[in-house]
Amino acid sequence: MQPSAVEVVGLVKRYGDILALDDVHVDVPAGSVLAMLGPNGAGKTTAVEICEGFRRPDAGTVRVLGLDPDRDARILRPRVGVMLQGGGAYPAARSGEMLRLVASFAHRPHDPATLLDALGLASVARTPVKRLSGGQRQRLSLAMAIVGRPELVFLDEPTAGLDPAARHATWQVIEGLRRDGATVVLTTHFMDEAERLADTVVVLDHGRIVAKGSPRELTRAGMSGQVSFRAVAGLDLSGLGAVLPSGTQVSEPSPGRYVVQSPVDPELLAAVTGWCARQNVLAQDLQVQRRSLEDVFLELTGRELRS
Amino acid sequence: MKAPGDVDIPDLGLGTFVPDAGAAPLSRMLAAQAAIELRLALRQGEQVLLTLVIPVLLTLLLVLGSLVETDGSGRADYFLPGILALAIVSSSFTGLAIATGFERKYGVLKRLGATAMPRSVLLGGKTLAVLGMEVVQLAVLAGLGLALGWEPRGALPGALVLVLLGTAAFAALGLLLAGTLRAEATLAAANLVWFLLLLGGGLLLPLTRLSESAASVLQFLPSAALADGLRAAFQGGTLFPAQEALILLAWAVLAFAAAVRWFRWE
Repeated sequence: MQPSAVEVVGLVKRYGDILALDDVHVDVPAGSVLAMLGPNGAGKTTAVEICEGFRRPDAGTVRVLGLDPDRDARILRPRVGVMLQGGGAYPAARSGEMLRLVASFAHRPHDPATLLDALGLASVARTPVKRLSGGQRQRLSLAMAIVGRPELVFLDEPTAGLDPAARHATWQVIEGLRRDGATVVLTTHFMDEAERLADTVVVLDHGRIVAKGSPRELTRAGMSGQVSFRAVAGLDLSGLGAVLPSGTQVSEPSPGRYVVQSPVDPELLAAVTGWCARQNVLAQDLQVQRRSLEDVFLELTGRELRS
Repeated sequence: MKAPGDVDIPDLGLGTFVPDAGAAPLSRMLAAQAAIELRLALRQGEQVLLTLVIPVLLTLLLVLGSLVETDGSGRADYFLPGILALAIVSSSFTGLAIATGFERKYGVLKRLGATAMPRSVLLGGKTLAVLGMEVVQLAVLAGLGLALGWEPRGALPGALVLVLLGTAAFAALGLLLAGTLRAEATLAAANLVWFLLLLGGGLLLPLTRLSESAASVLQFLPSAALADGLRAAFQGGTLFPAQEALILLAWAVLAFAAAVRWFRWE
């Protein structure tokens, strides 16, 4: 097993009366991607900023690359890349100038021009940061985080406000980092992003971890998906229940509309359509709904992720 | 197929992102930080107005005009030391405070704090940039002054020591302001203080032009110490202006200690 790049045990952080983080445990194996998922105010940024050494926890321990992010900041800073919400570039600096500045702090940085090119920023290399679009600023900020060839990268909402193409470019960079052995911790409130990029997803809500696991584990566990279809009303469903796995619920919530609730896999679908064929029933509007991380979040917290 | 506006992504080939982290030598960080700070200061219109345009206009107005009477010495000799002091206050105090205040507001200080560059190097870079700006200011203003008949006498080393001590004192005061107030409040306060010191802090006119009781208090202002010290140094005084140097040193030490204690990075 890989050693941990980030190890968080029993993390607690209070702001006055508000418990921003409540007994958070996270382990990020080196070379993996961890996504922290949750709505605004869930504690994602607080957790990341404690790992970055910007804030001190009220209780619990944090080890980053085996070191204390506060006490060993001097050793850690060169090894860790950081993308802050809001970027933090000089508004009057040109984007190329800003990236070259951050590159000059590292001993063997990426070529800033190549990196700008890779993120679709070559055409705005001479544009002042204050005149970049939000998405361009986000990508510059990502470039600043990785220009020093870090071992570990913290990305706070790396794709917030990006158009699909820019989002795709950012995903490619994150996948490239993982492929080449860097560790990535990112926060997001996009489910598809977490499902696509992360080895491990941590779902935070009100400072507590409400779920943790691989995207597959999270979408498989607990409540099931469903298959629904339309057919003539009033079918006798007892036969259908008999050919499906035990525990499967079959119902006709409105006349002519049928719902089968169960973990959805190819066999389930074959069993449903096979039964229909034997009954000489044409299933119309057949819909397969698998559980997404979006559903998981809704079930766990009773709220939409982006409300 | 490509949609219009799609980002063209060059090949991020295998191994592009293999970690190879480490800090650059401190000297390289310092040079890079000082260079960008100076470039940004020279690029920003408000900064150039404050640090160069206003002192140049004041020089022309005071030396060529007859708005303000002198004590009988040459007009350039009378006004130039104070204008040099004003230029130093402009760059090391007002300019530094405003720039740093907004860097703090926009998260630049926080972001740079997350890089391999230590904070001491960041402050060192700012100091070098201020000194670089002062070299430009002093060259322009001294050149203009000489062209208008300024005849500096006396010891240049003494004046240099005062400039460095004054820079240290005002830079520490500027950072104290920028690190404790909101950026907008820093902007207002730094400009207000600049204006008050210009009129009543011994910059434009020697304190001897004010009432004796006022002068006895105001002479302890860093602006008065800097300007009076420069006047003494350039007007042929043979002795090193020790009292003024001590006043500036005291301000520098106190303001630096306060800045270390209260400066907030974000």
